[in-house]
Amino acid sequence: METLLEMKAITKVYPNGVMANDRVDFRVNKGEIHALVGENGAGKTTLMKVLFGLEVPDGGEVYYKGKPLQVTSPLQAIRNGIGMVHQHFMLAPSLTVTENLVLGVEPRKGLAFDWDQAVQTVTDLSKRYNLPVDPLAKIEDIPIGMRQKVEILKALLRGAELLVLDEPTAVLTPQETEELFTALVGLKEQGHTMIFISHKLNEVKQITDRITVMRGGRIVGVRDTAEVSEADISRLMVGRDVILKIDKPPAKPQKRILEVQNLSYFTPEGKALLQDVSFSVRAGEIVGIAGVEGNGQRELVEILTGLRRPHGGLISVDGYQMSGSTPRQMRDLGVAHIPEDRMLHGVANEASIEENLIADRVQMPEYTRKVFLKTEAIASNAQTLVTEFNVRTRSPKTPIKMLSGGNIQKVVVAREFSSNPRLVIANQPTRGVDVGAIEFIHKKLVEICRAGAAVLLISADLNEVMSVSDRLLVIYGGQIVAAFPEANEVSEEELGLYMLGIQTQGDTQLKEALA
Amino acid sequence: MGSMLRGIFSVGFGYSMLRVTTPILFAALGAVVSERAGVVNIGLEGIMLISGVSGVLFSAWTGSAWLGLLGALLMSILFALFMGYFHIKLGTDIILAGIALNVIASGGTVFVLYVASGDRGISSSLASKVMPTISLPVISKIPVLGPIVSGHNVLTYFALLAVIAVWYFMYKTPVGLRLRAVGESPDSAASVGISVERMRFLALGISGLLAGFGGAHLSMGYVSWFSRDMTAGRGFIGLAASALGGVHPIGTAIASLFFGFADALSNYMQSLSIPSEFVQMIPYLATLFGLGIFARQQMAKSQKGKKQAKEVA
Repeated sequence: METLLEMKAITKVYPNGVMANDRVDFRVNKGEIHALVGENGAGKTTLMKVLFGLEVPDGGEVYYKGKPLQVTSPLQAIRNGIGMVHQHFMLAPSLTVTENLVLGVEPRKGLAFDWDQAVQTVTDLSKRYNLPVDPLAKIEDIPIGMRQKVEILKALLRGAELLVLDEPTAVLTPQETEELFTALVGLKEQGHTMIFISHKLNEVKQITDRITVMRGGRIVGVRDTAEVSEADISRLMVGRDVILKIDKPPAKPQKRILEVQNLSYFTPEGKALLQDVSFSVRAGEIVGIAGVEGNGQRELVEILTGLRRPHGGLISVDGYQMSGSTPRQMRDLGVAHIPEDRMLHGVANEASIEENLIADRVQMPEYTRKVFLKTEAIASNAQTLVTEFNVRTRSPKTPIKMLSGGNIQKVVVAREFSSNPRLVIANQPTRGVDVGAIEFIHKKLVEICRAGAAVLLISADLNEVMSVSDRLLVIYGGQIVAAFPEANEVSEEELGLYMLGIQTQGDTQLKEALA
Repeated sequence: MGSMLRGIFSVGFGYSMLRVTTPILFAALGAVVSERAGVVNIGLEGIMLISGVSGVLFSAWTGSAWLGLLGALLMSILFALFMGYFHIKLGTDIILAGIALNVIASGGTVFVLYVASGDRGISSSLASKVMPTISLPVISKIPVLGPIVSGHNVLTYFALLAVIAVWYFMYKTPVGLRLRAVGESPDSAASVGISVERMRFLALGISGLLAGFGGAHLSMGYVSWFSRDMTAGRGFIGLAASALGGVHPIGTAIASLFFGFADALSNYMQSLSIPSEFVQMIPYLATLFGLGIFARQQMAKSQKGKKQAKEVA
């Protein structure tokens, strides 16, 4: 087998100390479809960014067709024949398929754009690679599947021999996925090489020739696809890391605080992101929702906290119907929210720690008179919380952006937990924070729950959901596909099968567990 | 009322409408080109003023209307690129850069006028030139139509040609395609190797050129002098016309005609015994009215989108 691409001992350490790639050796043969799999944060994205010149590695070399490859931008990569099919399409919606395809390499007739020639080129290209598109349609009028074909054709038109497909099926319907796979096999037969990045192991199994598995910034295995089962791959991906033991008194569930019934949410294109989701959380218990990212978790959390309106279904908090309520109304009922993206929804970047700590309660008489704020009360609130939650800072008046990720998260947690919540919705509460802060946040979650709050924990981190939760649900493709009454009695491998959609619990089993 | 309607439907009114539409149309086309590249050229007003005073000074200095026009256009492009430098290279907010340019132009043109003519209000003491008027052969003989479309300043015909030129450039040339791609989706354009910065400079340069024609028309065609703040908001009305015309050259031309109509109406009614302060509001009220309609269309569009999403759900 001829090697097309070889990445040798790629090492990348980010400024915050995270080792995203640790001496990664990655080899792709000419003419194969090669899967690159791994959990979020395993280092796949960093590796591809290095390939496209978007990140400068701290060590290692890249060889392409046997020669050292030096690229500093995706543009140079494509000039070398390496094309990227982005998950978020790089297409101008109001322009036609043809215009998008020939942009930058337009055929000319005198001064003018040679439209007929351009359409002809696109038609030929589309036929040659068996990727049917309508050259005259505007991008905004065609379905996602066709847009993706345009994106692939764009790379091919510019002479790509190696195509990197970043989760290409994430946005496709099953039928579109089938079509895509037929086209990819066709491309392979014409001598093209593809790197297929995906979380969906059934697809990896179906379409790829070889698999490279990454975990924690390293390559943990390279296998021929034919020789491994989906379960083997998932075991490699997840690994057998020891679960951090958490000292947790047994749950004493009381009355239902959060009830969700038949919740649905759709994209503007009509793809279901949440479908008939029903569950409940009681006071005094932590319910975990496990799942690979992008299976509806974000939408679910944003609906539960009032940031989005659902398209169907009912939500009640402590007996009050709350479907379509505003964040203010949700908070007034005692719903606290630790958002997935702390910089976007968690804190105001430029504001001080002190100011961020009263963001949810500034309207309360303790903190404000009719016109002016009560600065002393605000300062003492900050002082108490900074001490209690161990936020490391010189002064509570420091702008929050000066803190490390872990400390920013502690500020968010401090604000949310000190609001005396009845329901805490924690979405990826420990993402990107150091081990110390993780332990602290887990401890606080258990504490507040045992003190009588209901906690809903959403996490893509298996260790986290399994060790912190009392009950466990699994979300896949916008549906709850499994429910376990005892979180600590589930094995990671079993969970993995549900998370990847390989298995689904039957309706009766689900109903029983959810009741 | 009857006399007013007769006035509006007179040949003279039609002629006047085309005349007053000219500077608005130039400004509006300038707005279209920059808007399509993703830059709101808020500085059109200032550029027109700079062009107006430049045309007067250069033509008085050289004794040639055409050299005056050339000077005016060069100054306009220069200042448009100057603003572009602050926005594109230094990252200044384009609205702030545009407002700064407008303020500089408002004061600066008066200063330059004073230095050159000793007068702070009007340039009539300078022997500036006016662009020639053209009587169209054959067409001028046609009754009704002839007197309306013939005998205009040459810049009025340039404006009509500019509509076609801008349309051809934007929709029929590779560079126009790139310019639109940059405006709509800069990341996509950059991903295929198009320099977003260069396209935006180009768009601002063209935008400045068009606004320059508009400003030159004011002081070398519409009237034969430059006076303080003589643009009177035409740059902004141009922005409104571009929005109302769907940021498309043809639609924008039609919207500009609508504003030209309002402007001509205001001029006409000043000859009647209605308080002139009231009548002078007409073009601006028309702008407000036009933008109101535009906003409602947009709202209807987004409602339709929402409804579709709901139906699918």
